[in-house]
Amino acid sequence: MNPKLLKQRIYFQVFRIATASVIFFLFLMIWTFISNGIGVINWTFLTDVPREGMTAGGIFPAIVGTIYLTLGTIALALPVGVASAIYLVEYAREGRFVRIINSAITNLAGVPSIIHGLFGYGLFVIFLNFGTSILSGSLALFLLVLPVVISASREALLSVPKSFREGSLALGATKWQTIRHNVLPYASPGVLTGAILAVARAAGETAPIILTATFFYRPTIPNSPLDGTMALASHIYYMSTQHPNIAQVRPLVYGSVLVLLGIVLSLNFIAIIIRTRHRRRKKW
Amino acid sequence: MVTTTVNDVKINVRDLNVWFGDNHVLKGIGVGIRPNAVTAVMGPSGCGKTTLIRAINRLNELIDGSRTAGEIYIDGENIYSNGINLFELRRRVGMVFQKPNPFPKSIFDNVAFGPRIHGVRSEEELQKAVEVSLREAALWDEVHDRLKDSALDLSGGQQQRLCIARALAVNPEIILLDEPCSALDPAATAKIEALMRKLAEKYTVIIVTHNMQQAARVSDFTVFLYLGELVEYGNTKSVFENPKSELTEKYITGEFG
Amino acid sequence: MDKDAHERRNLNLKEFLIEKLLFFSATISILVVILIFIYLLSQGAPAFSEISIVEFLTGKNWQPTSVVKPEFGTVPLLYGTMLVTFIAMTISVPIGVMIAIYIGEVAHPIEKEILKPIIELLAGVPSVVYGFFALVTLATWIQQLTGTTSRLNALNGGVILAIMVIPTIVSLAEDAITSVPKEYREASTALGASKWETIRNVVLPSSAPGILAAILLGFGRAIGETMAVLMATGNAAIINLNILDSTRTITATIAIETPEVAFGSLHYHALFALAILLFVITFAFNYLASTVMKRLGRTRR
Repeated sequence: MNPKLLKQRIYFQVFRIATASVIFFLFLMIWTFISNGIGVINWTFLTDVPREGMTAGGIFPAIVGTIYLTLGTIALALPVGVASAIYLVEYAREGRFVRIINSAITNLAGVPSIIHGLFGYGLFVIFLNFGTSILSGSLALFLLVLPVVISASREALLSVPKSFREGSLALGATKWQTIRHNVLPYASPGVLTGAILAVARAAGETAPIILTATFFYRPTIPNSPLDGTMALASHIYYMSTQHPNIAQVRPLVYGSVLVLLGIVLSLNFIAIIIRTRHRRRKKW
Repeated sequence: MVTTTVNDVKINVRDLNVWFGDNHVLKGIGVGIRPNAVTAVMGPSGCGKTTLIRAINRLNELIDGSRTAGEIYIDGENIYSNGINLFELRRRVGMVFQKPNPFPKSIFDNVAFGPRIHGVRSEEELQKAVEVSLREAALWDEVHDRLKDSALDLSGGQQQRLCIARALAVNPEIILLDEPCSALDPAATAKIEALMRKLAEKYTVIIVTHNMQQAARVSDFTVFLYLGELVEYGNTKSVFENPKSELTEKYITGEFG
Repeated sequence: MDKDAHERRNLNLKEFLIEKLLFFSATISILVVILIFIYLLSQGAPAFSEISIVEFLTGKNWQPTSVVKPEFGTVPLLYGTMLVTFIAMTISVPIGVMIAIYIGEVAHPIEKEILKPIIELLAGVPSVVYGFFALVTLATWIQQLTGTTSRLNALNGGVILAIMVIPTIVSLAEDAITSVPKEYREASTALGASKWETIRNVVLPSSAPGILAAILLGFGRAIGETMAVLMATGNAAIINLNILDSTRTITATIAIETPEVAFGSLHYHALFALAILLFVITFAFNYLASTVMKRLGRTRR
């Protein structure tokens, strides 16, 4: 065989193996979770509170806590993020101000999650006296997740062709009318994708919430934003590093991991599907 | 279908058919291209001119969904047969594209790219090859003192001549040019047209053009394609002054573009 | 006539208010970044009234809770962070770039459609899940492979961190690779180069700035990661050349010690000072990445 082709075959095979190895690792990891955790999951596990020093019972408070935290986060991040993106794409003129905002967004995206946690602890928990609460946690997660919403929304808005806007304005519509009726509807799949990814991210983060919102053990369902809570991500952390009987509760942790992973990966998967279908469907 | 039976043929195209998906782009093309001459491939947009020359260096295969049937013999060897070394074929058949596409590298590295790929390692040999090619492409005088500068700094016409030098550096036998002047101004065009006549002394030159005056000026032989079929082939002078086909006559007199 | 003018004025007012509201939302991101920075500074600066900056940055002992003599030298933590990051990057950069080339240039379109979402899913796995896997399973594999005595160690942290960083490198590098214009590839192929020769001599050099930026961003991500390294490395704040020994990163330190400090204490301020250090380091890498994209990206068209 041609030596050039042989050399190429070898290189490409190596690349193929590298790719396959990483994917194999991922599947292997998920497989260990499934095989160790699927036996633990049943209706009781999902709806019961932890019992007997958390060596039995379920993780219902953690599931609810994660939902509350995520809702709180998205309730803040979605309006602010989408509004910011709309301003940046539709109203702002090229110039220093826009560049500063963009750089702020990029910087915010690069802040390590533990700093959001520490910041949240100092400012929200202690200084503003919100205490260890869903409010503090949501605020900390809001800071973390905001760049995700803004970036996705911005991309979605930019992908709407200029001609849509021009056509609307030429008919006498105002700027806001144009955005509302001729831009946002076409950008909404992209915005939705961003929102879903933000939710998945918020649900999976641990560092911010262990410093601002969660307790090792709090079996009662929170009924106000100022209550602290359990959460899936923090529960996994606590139970695998701080429980007095780590080995015994290990199966329960596998179960919790499966639940969290199931939620997060499903959300990611849905977001990908929406994005792909939107890309195929759009006729412009 | 028009064929030639003259013995002095460098490239013999036999019953060439090319499809892109369902689109039958070239239909049963048969023609013999003479060496040491400029052959112009002419015809209205979409008639398959580019596809025809890209069949000669088998570049059509880069396009998804393309299918080729038929044979093309270069010096008696069918380049579509199984054992063909594609890389060697593309060394022997050089191509210059419609829009100049120098690599984002230095002038020197652009021209040396081909020789390096084909095994030339010594710095001395490379420098010699670069100089020879740049001289042949009539670019040496303009760039010899700035070979390390980026090729992207050159003007359009210079870039195109650089691309010609790049193709010459691997010692091809055939040079394919796909509307090489369509992105250039008249002065640059004139330089390249003069260059092509000179190159024909040594190489087999095929140029695709939609500019009839250019074909008349530059070429010895002309191929006229229409909707994927070969309508006429012959000596340029006789094709233009005495076209055998009514279609050719209509095209030449501008009845359709 | 009057009614029309009245309506028009209301409409204008509405448009004006909407714009202002949107403007305010946009400024929230700037305000937030500034707020975080200022707050970190304000809470971290008091640490330096009692700890000298020199001691902070060069001290070899981090013992903030020692009754005898509390020490706030960050070198072991910096060392831990750098060690784990270095291991992670050594693994993830070659593999990440290879995957990027494979997906961008070699894989069939159908393969591509499947691989890209899988890499995205890799990025979607929460870090605590990776950490748990490293803690329970990966550590055992490494222990079986190397016979080390400390199960949780720098290598464990480095490997799991590599897996976490690979998607970042792959997606950015793949973007850079696929945005190399096809005219360059065609020219190279027409000269007789094989696909690999085209990749090696034209595509990779052209996309080098983008790939470099991807690597720098990967560095930033690795340095800032908390949960996975926290659970995987064993958290002994010592300097030890043996990667099979326990180590501790800056991020893990903040995560572990914050719940235990008294508000306003020296330790409390020291943790904020540590956060500032972390912030500066990750900011430097992110800034470097965007500069590379801007500067080198431009001169190469």
